Order: sequence, then structure tokens, then C-alpha cells
Amino acid sequence: MRILVCVKRVPAPGARINITDDGQNVDTTHLAFTTSPHEECAVEAAAQLVEEHGGEAIVLTLGPAEAEEQLRYAVSVGAQRGVLVLQDDESDPQRTSRALTTAIGELEADGPFDLVLFGNESADSGGFQVGIRVAHALGRPVVNGAKALAIDDGSVNLERETEAGRERYVLPLPAVVGVKEGINLPRYPTMRGRLASKKADIASEAAAIDVIDGALTMELLERPPETESSTIFLGEGPDAAAAVVDVLGELGVLS
Amino acid sequence: MVVAEHDRGTLAPATLEAMTAARSVAAAIGVEVHALTIGADGDDLAADLGAHGATVVHQAHHDVLSDYGPEAWGDVVAQAVRTIEPVMIVATGTDRGNEIVANAAARLDLPFAANCVELEVDGDRLGLTRLRWGGSLLERAAMGGGVHLVTVAHHHFDVAPASVPQEPVVTDLDVSIAPALARSVVVDRIEREAGATLATSPVVVGGGRGVGSAEAFAPLEELAVALGGVVGCSRAVTNNGWRNHADQVGQTGTRIAPEVYFACGISGAIQHWVGAMASKQIIAINTDREANMVTKANYAVIGDLHEVVPAITAEIERRRA
Repeated sequence: MRILVCVKRVPAPGARINITDDGQNVDTTHLAFTTSPHEECAVEAAAQLVEEHGGEAIVLTLGPAEAEEQLRYAVSVGAQRGVLVLQDDESDPQRTSRALTTAIGELEADGPFDLVLFGNESADSGGFQVGIRVAHALGRPVVNGAKALAIDDGSVNLERETEAGRERYVLPLPAVVGVKEGINLPRYPTMRGRLASKKADIASEAAAIDVIDGALTMELLERPPETESSTIFLGEGPDAAAAVVDVLGELGVLS
Repeated sequence: MVVAEHDRGTLAPATLEAMTAARSVAAAIGVEVHALTIGADGDDLAADLGAHGATVVHQAHHDVLSDYGPEAWGDVVAQAVRTIEPVMIVATGTDRGNEIVANAAARLDLPFAANCVELEVDGDRLGLTRLRWGGSLLERAAMGGGVHLVTVAHHHFDVAPASVPQEPVVTDLDVSIAPALARSVVVDRIEREAGATLATSPVVVGGGRGVGSAEAFAPLEELAVALGGVVGCSRAVTNNGWRNHADQVGQTGTRIAPEVYFACGISGAIQHWVGAMASKQIIAINTDREANMVTKANYAVIGDLHEVVPAITAEIERRRA
């Protein structure tokens, strides 16, 4: 079983996201970076499938040289190796998809991956489309939002959540799946995993996809208008309970 | 043209948000609003779509369209774009809405902007504002391409009937669908047991890192039971294995909108806040007066949640006794 997981390096914001003065970027001066949450789960899903069925999980990213950090982390939690497609400037979803499709083509010289996994959407730009565009370019079936995933006899069984429960899909392999957080609980790196990640093979190449005319182009980032903070303090410690219950009564939730 | 999202003939109410957005764009540039229903099950939706402003409803019929399939539905939208050449395709940014339009965009090799909150057509160019970081940031952007493919952010546009309701012209959209696309159609469903869910419960009692352990959620459960609500949690709790991800409130968990949200021992990181910000009233319980959740809450109690939460439950029971 050969599995490819596509991940994205994103800032790890705390309580507030600040924007650079020119409005072109998130101010990451004081921020760490991480892998987009849905994709952490995609890496875990790939690691579990390889443990169950054998084979190899490769992790691919498009981004700056620093994204090697996220690839090495993926190896520390179960992937076997990483591929970095270098691109420093902000990419649009079409250009990202083309660069990933090209890189996947090169990695598939010996035959297609059984499964290509994406996160449902990235934490930062939230475009909801790169995995679907890549799947279409590769001519493979694709379903997003997977909350359960199992390989069975040449197909992948998926479940995703709806308001009424869950719906099930069965895609023939090779296939592309967008994974949602909650499909599993990603493991933490072990000492052995950390050692493996230091020695791991991380290939790197430059992206060679031109800017696409008319593509979705970011002009400015803004913070939404802040609501006035007017917290009413009901007291300190358990003595505040009566005041809290008074409020619940006023709000009509004490039936 | 609005893509009507429905499940075997039941209209997703979110579709009517896209109708509101589409009416506003159409009025600004002087065009009509059309709607597209996919599959024979969607035929009955024409009158409702007309009441919300559709002058024409295009209906696509094919065996493969008997149930939802992202590739087949996206393919229908792509064919509608080629045949009808609308100014814009609009759906609401639900799981399905984003997935359908992305599948259409992939087939048309056109740009797609998800979760827009403002749209302004200027000739061949579309100026827009869309959500990033789950709504914590806004992105002003533009795209070209001829036909503009967008979704509008869910819960952003109000649902309202058109001031001039329409009796829409119903017309058959001639589609040709490769049988292979049946590969990604829903095969079956597992219905959830009845009962309050995180997304619909009127009261949610949320716990964060400050709760400290899986066992320490017991008092939060008791408060939730006393108020007929459910327990939620932050991502830190899920990552620690204290609770199942199904209970997670946040950008990558459930978006809640209860009457009252108790945020207990939750600092209020962006990841959590965007899932909780639609709550009507927030009561924060935290030892840190400066915590983001405390400053954003309507009410706050400063103190140890392990003492405050049981005291609230006891007070509720005392008054009911």
C-alpha cells in the first residue's frame, strides 16, 4: 500500500491573529508553525493504514524551505519520507493544485499511489478545493470530509458526518480523500520517531508553475470588527453561584 | 445561478442564504436569479426557490443523480456553466456546497472563492471579501475568469423570501454524465440516535485545559444535565484524550449556537473561539481575569471551576427543591 499525504505549514495562532502593517500577511513574529489540524489526522490515518497493510506513507508539501519542519514532524509520527516543493510567494488554489499534481506525477513514475490524502481544508486560507482539483487532474474519485476510513479489497470505505448521522461512500482505488479532524487522535512522536525524522530522506525541488491569469488573488487581510467587550463580573469563587443562577433565570434556561 | 443543496428532495435551509446573496448581486447588476436542482428528487423544490426569487429553475435528471455524489453534482454544475453561461454560480459554504462548487471549478479550470461575505461584480472581475481562519480574519480578494464560482459563508446571509416572489419557469437542463461518476455517490446512511446534539443544544457546558482530566468533567456533566444541555470541550481536551472529538467545539470541531454557553477553564484561543462565537450568551468561569474567553464573555466568574461548577448545580437544585 502506497499512500501520499499532502500537508500545509501554517502559523499556530493563540488568542489573537495579528496582521502585518502592509495587510499582506499574518504577523508571525511571535508565532510557532504547525501542520493544519485536519492534515495531522491525515498523516495519522496514513500511518495506521501502513501499519495495518504494510507499504509506505510519503508526505508532500508546497511551501517555503522551513516547511521541512512539518515534513520531519510527519516522519516522527509515522510517515516514511517527505517531499518539499519549494515556493516562497503566496500561491492561489489553482496554482497550488497544479504544482502538487506535477509533483505527484513525478512520484508516481512506478505507478499510482493507492490513496492520496488531503485535509478537508487548510486552517489559514480555507479554500476547500486543492484536494478536489488534484483528484480531477489525476482522474481519480474524491470525497471530502472523511471521519472514518478503511481499505477493503481494492476500495476505500468512508464515512462522513451529516446533520442526520453519517453517510457512507465506497471509492475504488486509486482514490483521493479529504480527511477531517476527529477521524483519529494523532499520536505524539516517540524517541524512535524523533530519531527517524532526523535521518529521514526529505527531497526538495523548486515549483515551476507560473502565476495563473485571473486566479483568486488576495489583496488585503483585515480583522473583522471587534465587538465591544463588556463582561459583567458575577463574583469570585463558589459564592458567585447564586448570581449565576439568577442570570440563568433571566435568560430563560431554568425550566 | 444558485445551486440548490438538497438531500433526496429535502432542501438544505442554507440554500436560501445563497438565494439572498444572489438576489443582492443580481439586483446590483440588473440580471435575474436562476436556480439549479440536481436529480429528480429536487423537482419539487421549484416553488420554494421561486418564493425566494428564482425566475427560472433548471432541473438536471440522470440515473447517477438519484442520490448525492460530489463528482456527479459538480459535473452537473460545470455543464450548467457551459450551457447557460451565468454571471456567477452561488452555493452556501456547507460541506456539500463547498465540495460541489470545488468539483465544478476543477472541471472548468476556473477560480473558486469559498465562504464569501461580500461580492461585487465589476465586468469580468469579481471583487470579494471572504473568511479566513474560520472567520477570525477577512480577506479582500479579486478574481477574473468570466463565470465566477463562489460559496457564501454559512450563517452570514439572512434567509428571507423575495420582496417580489416568482412563479419560476421550470426547464430541463440537458446533461450527460459518465457512468463512472457513480463511484462517489452515497451508498448508505447511518442515522443518529435522537436527542440533543452539540450543534443544536440550547445549553452547552464547555470545558478546557483547566478541567485537568477526563474524570474532572463529571461536575460539568452534572451541570449540563441540570440544564438539559450537553458537554463540549476545547481542542486541548481532545488532544489530551480526555474527551472524544465529537464533543469538540471549534474551527475543526463543531460550531455551536446555544442560548447559553458555559466556558469553564477555557482560555479562548482562536481555534475554539470561532466555534463558540455564535453563542447567544457566554458565561466564562476562569481563574484568569485576563483570559481571552473572559474578556469576550457576557458574564464571568473568577475562580476555580472545580469549586464554582458544583456550586452552580447545587444552587439550581436548591431552588428547584
